[in-house]
Amino acid sequence: MLHIVACIKQVPDTKIIKMNPKTNTMDRRTAPAILNPYDAHAVEEAVRLKERYGGKVSVLTMGPPPAVKAIKKCIEIGADEGYLITDRRFAGADTLATSYALTKALDKISKESPVDLIICGKMSIDGDTGQVGPGIARRLDIPPLTSVNKVVEINKDEGYMKVHRKLEDGYEVVQSTLPCLLSVEKTINEVPYSPFPNMLKAARYQPHIWSVDDLEDVDIKQLGLKGSPTIVSKVWSPPKPEGGTLLEGNPKEQVEQLLSIILEKKELFTVKGEA
Amino acid sequence: MDFHDYQDVWVFIEEKDGAIAPVSLELLGAGRGLADKRGCNLAGILIGENISHLADTMFEYGADIAYIYDQPIFKNYRTESFMQALLHCSNKYKPEIILYGATSTGKDLASAVATDLPTGLTADTTELDVEEETGLLLASRPAFGGNIMATILCKKYRPQMATVRAKVMKALTPQPGRKGKIIEESISLKEEDIRTKVLEIVKETTKKVRIDEADIIVAGGKGLGSAEGFQLIHKLAESLGGAVGASRDVVEAGWIEHAHQVGQTGVTVTPKIYFAIGISGAIQHIVGMKNSGLIIAINKDPEAPIFEACHYGIVGDAFEIVPILIEQFQQAMTREEVSHVGEV
Ligand SMILES: Cc1cc2nc3c(=O)[nH]c(=O)nc-3n(C[C@H](O)[C@H](O)[C@H](O)COP(=O)(O)OP(=O)(O)OC[C@H]3O[C@@H](n4cnc5c(N)ncnc54)[C@H](O)[C@@H]3O)c2cc1C
Repeated sequence: MLHIVACIKQVPDTKIIKMNPKTNTMDRRTAPAILNPYDAHAVEEAVRLKERYGGKVSVLTMGPPPAVKAIKKCIEIGADEGYLITDRRFAGADTLATSYALTKALDKISKESPVDLIICGKMSIDGDTGQVGPGIARRLDIPPLTSVNKVVEINKDEGYMKVHRKLEDGYEVVQSTLPCLLSVEKTINEVPYSPFPNMLKAARYQPHIWSVDDLEDVDIKQLGLKGSPTIVSKVWSPPKPEGGTLLEGNPKEQVEQLLSIILEKKELFTVKGEA
Repeated sequence: MDFHDYQDVWVFIEEKDGAIAPVSLELLGAGRGLADKRGCNLAGILIGENISHLADTMFEYGADIAYIYDQPIFKNYRTESFMQALLHCSNKYKPEIILYGATSTGKDLASAVATDLPTGLTADTTELDVEEETGLLLASRPAFGGNIMATILCKKYRPQMATVRAKVMKALTPQPGRKGKIIEESISLKEEDIRTKVLEIVKETTKKVRIDEADIIVAGGKGLGSAEGFQLIHKLAESLGGAVGASRDVVEAGWIEHAHQVGQTGVTVTPKIYFAIGISGAIQHIVGMKNSGLIIAINKDPEAPIFEACHYGIVGDAFEIVPILIEQFQQAMTREEVSHVGEV
């Protein structure tokens, strides 16, 4: 029996966010909060491993109270339990402070039921760093395995698992001791439509909600903004490029001009018929 | 923490198939600029097995010092072993700044090291600068969906760390014979101490698209209307001998795989010629291609932002312009051929 925890995040849907092409700003009103797409694959993989080896899947997230919705989404995918840690003192956390808070929650979860495997998505689409997963692994002192696109085998009795880690030109097969932490690629699986009974379950499901005070041995100084070594000092718009020359004339004339411009770089084009 | 103990700019040197990864050479170029501004050394840290000979390359590309961990245990990249070496070196020599390529290895390693040190880590940096007086690293990256840039600081911890995107910084022209100081280090780490093992490395034989290596890229956007319409891009690319690029919306629509996506969440490319056809020119796209040699935009909307980011633009319908371009190009090439034959 495996206990797998997937760490997830609720994010604004940057895919749906429409950019205003004239002003190059993001129209935030158009963005609903969703389960980070990479994390859906993490949860799906956890559920598949549960089906293969038996056990249970918990999901953990840090966020504001509406993040319950993202947990419910995970229940739809097939997770059994959900944990939300939510507290003003978590706010403003960078990746280091985030991995600290999540680790404290993981400590508590594994006290109730020891954790064999932690799965994270590759990154969040709003923070875009991919740093939290390895951070958690280091804090728990378990091996981090990033860029995982396949789980080959888990052998809990012998205490190891085997995965494929994606490389630029292929993949490597890596064996790790258990417990360990995976961060998974989108290509690891496809997330199917949720079965109807799961949707019913999700609708009724109430996750465990913890504040800082529910966690043990927490050093408040390591939480939130205070615990974050990085700060955003300024936000600025990149200078606008100067703009190019528009070619004049009818389409034929325009193309003629264009052609003489690109043919200045003749060396790039192989002449047909040349050996 | 006494910041005066922390000096020098370091670059984690990534090795691949016996050579230094291009991104690491680019970072030596960027790091050189930072080190000169601070009046300190630029060092590369290289970890691997049988890699010591790469030190010369590091010096030629701007490094003053090469820290080298050349031990069998570092044969394959593993987070735990590499991290131990990096922590060892950082604790011993105390750099002010460590830069890593934002590759899967660089990100994996930097995330682990940052947690253990602990220190701040800025991901996917695209601009770097340093305050001359204080040594504060100004690491900037696209934020909030990429339409704006954010400058991230790490004021209270040293070393300061950032991962930096490939193809954004420029490598220096190598100076053959340029020398530096080699510092060989080692750590006592036994195979049993490491909890992961690389059992096998499998090279994928199917030829993967590497659009970041192409000299000519023909990229198409949502303006092509449909998967069938997008074939026009393939046709032009084929006749020019270029690779096919795409905007994210095209990839989302399923007209082409993600490997072709140019931009913030795709690949960064710097071809000699980049065609943006039916692409509006969202900032997330621009960041991925703005350093191309020659940017040509074709779009039917004269107001499209792409025209601000191109060298030459044609306001017009892709379905009208591109076929003429293919035809004229082929004619020009045949003329070339004739003149070549004539020269013989
Ligand atoms: C977090 C985040 C990350 C992103 N990452 C990326 C990324 O990596 N890469 C990327 O590309 N985008 C990215 N985007 C999306 C980006 O904001 C734009 O939505 C996207 O680039 C638009 O694609 P497009 O130009 O193909 O489509 P559109 O914006 O719809 O533009 C289509 C263009 O085609 C023109 N057109 C229409 N018909 C014709 C015709 N017949 N002939 C000529 N022109 C025609 C139109 O005038 C228009 O300018 C990201 C967005 C977010 C929020």
